[in-house]
Amino acid sequence: MSDPFLIGDSLSGGYGRGVDILHSCTISVKEGEIAVIVGPNGAGKSTAMKAVFGMLDLHEGSVRLGGEDISHLSPQDRVARGMAFVPQNANTFTSLTVEENLEMGAFLRRDDISGTMAQVYELFPVLQDKRRQTAGELSGGQRQQVAVGRALMTQPRVLMLDEPTAGVSPVVMDELFDRIVEVARTGISILMVEQNARQALEIADRGYVMVQGRNAFTDTGEALLADPEVRRSFLGG
Amino acid sequence: MDPLNAIVAFANFVMLPAVAYGSQLALGALGVTMIYGILRFSNFAHGDTMAFGAMATIFSTWWLQAMGVTLGPFPTALLALPAGIAATAVFVLLTDRLVYRFYREQKSAPVILVIVSMGVMFVTNGLVRFVIGVDEQRFADGARFIITAREFKELTGLKEGLAIKSTAMLTVVVAIIVVVLLFWFLNRTRTGKSMRAFSDNEDLALLSGINPERVVMITWIIVAALATIAGVLYGLDKSFKPFNYFQLLLPIFASAIVGGLGNPIGAIAGGFVIAFSEVTITYAFKKVAGYLIPAWEPQGLVQLLSTDYKFAVSFAILIVVLLFRPTGLFRGKAL
Amino acid sequence: MTLKPRDMTLFLVVFALIAATGFLQSWNVALGILNMGLVSAIMALGVNMQWGYAGLFNIGVMGFLALGGLATVIISKPPVVEAWDAGGPRVIFALLVGTAAIVAAILAWKRIPAGKARAPALVAILVVGFFVYRWLFDPAVAAIEAVSPARAGNLGGLGLPVLVAWPVGALLAAGAAWVVGKTALGLRSDYLAIATLGISEIIIAVLKNEDWLSRGVKNVSGLPRPVPYEIDLQNSERFVERVSGFGFDPVTASTITVKLAYAGLFLAVLLLLLWLAQAALNSPWGRMMRAIRDNEVAAEAMGKDVTARHLQVFVLGSAVCGLAGAMMTTLDGQLTPSSYQPLRFTFLIWVMVIVGGSGNNFGAVLGGMLIWYLWVMVEPLGVALIGGITSGMPDGFWLKEHLLETAAHMRLLTMGLILLLVLRFSPRGLIPER
Repeated sequence: MSDPFLIGDSLSGGYGRGVDILHSCTISVKEGEIAVIVGPNGAGKSTAMKAVFGMLDLHEGSVRLGGEDISHLSPQDRVARGMAFVPQNANTFTSLTVEENLEMGAFLRRDDISGTMAQVYELFPVLQDKRRQTAGELSGGQRQQVAVGRALMTQPRVLMLDEPTAGVSPVVMDELFDRIVEVARTGISILMVEQNARQALEIADRGYVMVQGRNAFTDTGEALLADPEVRRSFLGG
Repeated sequence: MDPLNAIVAFANFVMLPAVAYGSQLALGALGVTMIYGILRFSNFAHGDTMAFGAMATIFSTWWLQAMGVTLGPFPTALLALPAGIAATAVFVLLTDRLVYRFYREQKSAPVILVIVSMGVMFVTNGLVRFVIGVDEQRFADGARFIITAREFKELTGLKEGLAIKSTAMLTVVVAIIVVVLLFWFLNRTRTGKSMRAFSDNEDLALLSGINPERVVMITWIIVAALATIAGVLYGLDKSFKPFNYFQLLLPIFASAIVGGLGNPIGAIAGGFVIAFSEVTITYAFKKVAGYLIPAWEPQGLVQLLSTDYKFAVSFAILIVVLLFRPTGLFRGKAL
Repeated sequence: MTLKPRDMTLFLVVFALIAATGFLQSWNVALGILNMGLVSAIMALGVNMQWGYAGLFNIGVMGFLALGGLATVIISKPPVVEAWDAGGPRVIFALLVGTAAIVAAILAWKRIPAGKARAPALVAILVVGFFVYRWLFDPAVAAIEAVSPARAGNLGGLGLPVLVAWPVGALLAAGAAWVVGKTALGLRSDYLAIATLGISEIIIAVLKNEDWLSRGVKNVSGLPRPVPYEIDLQNSERFVERVSGFGFDPVTASTITVKLAYAGLFLAVLLLLLWLAQAALNSPWGRMMRAIRDNEVAAEAMGKDVTARHLQVFVLGSAVCGLAGAMMTTLDGQLTPSSYQPLRFTFLIWVMVIVGGSGNNFGAVLGGMLIWYLWVMVEPLGVALIGGITSGMPDGFWLKEHLLETAAHMRLLTMGLILLLVLRFSPRGLIPER
């Protein structure tokens, strides 16, 4: 078994000096694979992802990217190392146009970004039509596409998504998942937190079920979907 | 009835002064709105920053004049502007480094920053008075008029004259150039877009790798330039007196709020709304009325409010906007 | 709440500074500083109620002080009978009509359902109201101002004892604060700031321009006093006899007696207010205020009407400022509208509150007295300092001339620096809130 590309290894920590929210939690994703974190409300799913991205104070454990320890890096530095993060809320620049949003995603890049932008437009054709509109004028699903597109503009090696389908209709959700699979096929690792556990696990190479800040079950997506205990407790039968 | 003379009188006493004053207010309000959009507080030191910028420019002007350098028909101050802007930029960057940055790192509440800006206002005000004194300074040179009232009368044969002060015209032209440049910068350059992005969503800007300290630095430099230009134009048009700049704070903030704090287009619109209302309401319409309705001999000045109440105009407009449209004419927040 | 030994020491230091001025310079100067310091302390108390208790940002203190000043004129000056006959009732009627127009406009806005008719109706009421008001107002004002303009030219006042003006000043300020608060509270905090800044400029403009009311820039002098006049004391045999018995010069003694009388009056008011302010702060009302300040959202969720509470404390604090303004004008014995400068009468009060300790009444009092002392003393100190620096320079050297000339402006610089340093290194002030 090859070493995972990105791993948050036995992470414990919380916000500031507060109590720990995570307890020895391990999350990893291999190159080009999709890893999904699911679990009940308040289980620490988003917190685990933020810990991997450096937005949490770690008391124990380490985060390694491509074998290098990046635990001490700030989120901004992690962006420069090839990690991209799409927050759950306020994940677009609403007063900027779609195209400007994408440009801002590529802010750190000094090379020609038109190729990447074309790829994003290819992935989300609707954005090309609306590229002169401000993001604030778009629908919820389109805005999520802008958010993912903005993150992709950094040409990341890992794309982290915090509940990308929150608040969008089931049809849009299915489409977003399709796009995410497409992104993974280009070799980008994907780590995401999802409320819609069943659908998310269906596309997941690896699934993490979290309960109260701990790993409860970890397996392939398929295996978790088949696991009767996981089904009973977390997938509603 | 003599509408032509009435229009000329109106243009001479209301339109032209209001356009010049509106340009000055717009430039001032742009500075306030930029600070609000990026640094997220109302900068009460802005009026005094304008005074500082004007002062720095005045000194360079005097130096240039002493060296025998002039700009012919244009005021020498125009040539001295870059030096004034540079000095003001250094000054505001210094205040940022010594004062504001600490609170930014602490993530202090905006109201704390407002009080801090009050301290900076005191210091700047004291500094300006200390260096140049409280007296009125005139530094305008070059041609005084593009066309004088007499020339206009001879040219058109009208009874009423239209005098176009060169400083008023200059104010408008410079303001237009500055605004075009600013909007080009904000909408077309990478740095400008990153500033708008930062103003829109600070967290996401950080996630995109935008360096906040660089954004803040560029903002201060732009604000220094805007404040200096506004201060110099106001000084050329009226005259330089430190206390006047402090008093501009109310109309400038009224302009920025009326337009929508944080919105540059709003700041410009707000500046002209305030300026036109102020000049129109405090102008004595006796002359204009005389041309329009010759039979009517008004007893008073036909003035809605005496000029001493010009603050009341800014204030009244402000209150109306706060009551009916608290976000301003153009939705505020975000460059 | 009791004062800690450290706080007591701070107060003693301030009194010692003032006493030192008495010993080194003159007791007249020292008592002058003390009196204005006491008034400043009351102003700081008022601002502290708004900022310290509730986090409201009022930068129109000057306007409320000036309203207090106006109250002293209206209450204590004897009426100018000819002026009243010339146009008094008409002016008052005009003002009533003006107010009625505004009230009618507000009612119209509330009563008429939103639609096409509402805005035109509002505008019509205001425009008609304005012209009727001006039609009534202008001739009356002209008539009043024509009555012996060199001596009067205004309506004068009610001729009541000047002490009555103090609570009336508080009422006037409270009324203005209610109007401002009603419109600007509940919006963003900087909007309140700008609105208060605006109203204060307007109040000053009214005082400067409405000659029929306050004689404008011609000033109103010779306001009656609540304490005896020096000259009467000097003419009183008993007084002269008594002070001579102690070996004092009667002239000096009379001025000091007058100043001491003022100090006694001011101290009594200050202590009363301080007691009330402390009681309020420690009452359930005060606790609720601070709870709202610390977390508006939570307080609102618990069913507190945040805007109404804010209005309450804003009006109260402004009333205290109005009272202080009336006291100050009484002390000066004259109303000089052009002397109201925002840096001196708004922002300096803020320095007092922040240096003293926002949220703490004792802190505000301490800050008021200390900063006032510094404000007075920095100027001579600055001049002395500059004199020292420039003593080595030749006479007539431009830099020396310039420095000596501008040394007086050291004040603003110093006050700004004090404010910035306190905010940076001791943001809770000398006597922090607890």
